[in-house]
Amino acid sequence: MSTARALRIFRRSDAGLLKRLHQGAAHRLFSSSESPSASASASTHTTINAAAANSKSRTWDEHRLSSDQLQFRDLASEFAQRELMPFAAEWDERKYFPVEVLRSAAKLGFGGVFCGHDVGGSQLTRADGVVIFEALAYGDVSATAFLTIHNMCAAIIENYGTEEQRQLLLPGLTSMEVLASYCLTEPSSGSDAASLQTTAHQEEGSTDYILNGEKAFISGGGVSDIYLVMARTGDPGPKGISCFFVEKDTQGLSFGRQEAKLGWRNQPTASVILENVRIPERNMIGREGQGFSIAMAALDGGRINIASCSIGGAQFCLDAAQEYVSSRKQFGKAIIDFQNTQFKLADMLTSVQASRSLVANAATALDSKSPWATASAAMAKRFATDACYNVCNDALQLHGGYGYLKDYTVERYVRDLRVHTILEGTNEIMRMVISRHMTKSQS
Amino acid sequence: MKIMVAVKRVIDYAVKIRVKPDKSGVETANVKMSMNPFCEIALEEALRLREAGHASEVLVVSMGGAQCSDTLRTALAMGADRAIHVSTSHSLFPLTVAKLLQALATSEKPNILLLGKQAIDDDANQTGQMVAGLLQWPQGTFASKVQMDKEAVGSVTVEREVDGGLETVKLQLPAVITTDLRLNQPRYASLPNIMKAKKKTITQITPEQLGVQITSDLEILEVFEPPKRKAGVIVASVDELLDKLKNEAHVI
Repeated sequence: MSTARALRIFRRSDAGLLKRLHQGAAHRLFSSSESPSASASASTHTTINAAAANSKSRTWDEHRLSSDQLQFRDLASEFAQRELMPFAAEWDERKYFPVEVLRSAAKLGFGGVFCGHDVGGSQLTRADGVVIFEALAYGDVSATAFLTIHNMCAAIIENYGTEEQRQLLLPGLTSMEVLASYCLTEPSSGSDAASLQTTAHQEEGSTDYILNGEKAFISGGGVSDIYLVMARTGDPGPKGISCFFVEKDTQGLSFGRQEAKLGWRNQPTASVILENVRIPERNMIGREGQGFSIAMAALDGGRINIASCSIGGAQFCLDAAQEYVSSRKQFGKAIIDFQNTQFKLADMLTSVQASRSLVANAATALDSKSPWATASAAMAKRFATDACYNVCNDALQLHGGYGYLKDYTVERYVRDLRVHTILEGTNEIMRMVISRHMTKSQS
Repeated sequence: MKIMVAVKRVIDYAVKIRVKPDKSGVETANVKMSMNPFCEIALEEALRLREAGHASEVLVVSMGGAQCSDTLRTALAMGADRAIHVSTSHSLFPLTVAKLLQALATSEKPNILLLGKQAIDDDANQTGQMVAGLLQWPQGTFASKVQMDKEAVGSVTVEREVDGGLETVKLQLPAVITTDLRLNQPRYASLPNIMKAKKKTITQITPEQLGVQITSDLEILEVFEPPKRKAGVIVASVDELLDKLKNEAHVI
């Protein structure tokens, strides 16, 4: 065989080389001695084939997305498949928080999706955000979820901060040079958020606030640079709560140990402890007594984002399951040739599509500031997080014994999605929000 | 200095290709399309040359039906300054594309014409070479490195991947360069740049306006999948192996 012919054949394998070179561009740009290498196990096999399958499933809602949103989705999807998917398993295994990858996402505009251009934001709508976060979550639910929480905090400052606060905090947040955490929940107040006990009081002769209390389950706790703390400045109940931002190295601020979690393992989660933390008056966001409504308004967006993460994760699991049952043979045929499997897949896709529609509806409701936006977000979150968790769980079952192995990736999505029915308001609280809206609109 | 980049819209590299039942081509309906990876690399190189101060304008062109505008918008979002869409519903083969590029280069007068070395759908690896011939411009194909010197104005140095290794050529401008895989890692279009791209222009032009008549000098007779891999055979002796290699596989 001539050398020329051998080398021409080598060049035909450029396509395979393309796939490998395309993985981890940002990872290479920002590599530190700590960053992990691409995992070269069977999970790589699953992820690349799922990517090919996903390029088919795209057509399910192209008709209702704008051409801009299609481009956003392409960008987010490419980023997820090259920068998140190849490394997510190792990040989960090592509990490694991929800050450098989040920063490279921020360079593309993902750090301040809803913030103004003047502070480095992308100034996009909630409808755009849904498309983006779903595509990113397809690659890694946990990293995307952190990104959405960070975006929720940035949006609080964008919408309720003074111009000084915006200019002071947002440039750092939109580039993710500075990370932010949302601190509402406490050991004794989760669902009953308005009963929170962290206090912020002023002393004689000073306009400073002194904060005391403890926040629980804080995403980014111990690592984030800015903490948005909801604290009691007045009477019991929601109207006595105000919102403050506290910087990480403020005296009196400390953190509990990192929680060992079932999922979201590549994110830090810890208690945030405030012992006589003194902050200036200018660290209050919004008016005194407005904190609770700020927190709740932020959660409308946050719930839509978390639901989007669930959808992205479910779509991945659905694609992976379809791929698996198409090749696995038992009783003389591929499992997908059994009607039971086909019906199961059909139901799973219907669940994901229904979730997508509800979430898209909630997003446009929030964008148009409609009075049913809160209830829509609650319905979307409640439905999508439940339905999509079940889709991931069903996908695991469809993989049979292999579904239980980390190599086949689906189990990580099940673990990651399990918390979405709990945080940002449990699905039980979502029902409270929905029924309250129903009775209010009746009277 | 102006750089013109030609980009092609092809089936995405990750898609599993399926041949149409009538064997007239591959299935493209509802299939994800993207910018040809080598064209992305060409565009990235043009953008880097502009960022290094060697060029002031990056113009991107594409040819074909209405969906070319998707690819051109992506190119504008990556950072190209403006775009030209040569609008036609004819199927285009390399020589026709080369003639259209020749006409565009004659009117736009770029100093460098950058293309991908080949498209991943036809793997032709002809267009760059043909347009260089038509324009009588020097060519540096399979570029793995492109260097411009502020001192050596009017020329570009290209390191090429050839069968024997690497070859370095110096080209007098204007020149044609086709890009190979290892030249660079293309950037993502950022969200703000996607929005900014909407303000950039895509000029529509037809082959007639360029004075090019589209002739199909090639006709695709049949497209079929490669034969499925057959089971191996254990041979009894070296003689039998040699016989099979010579008379069955025809490799010696």
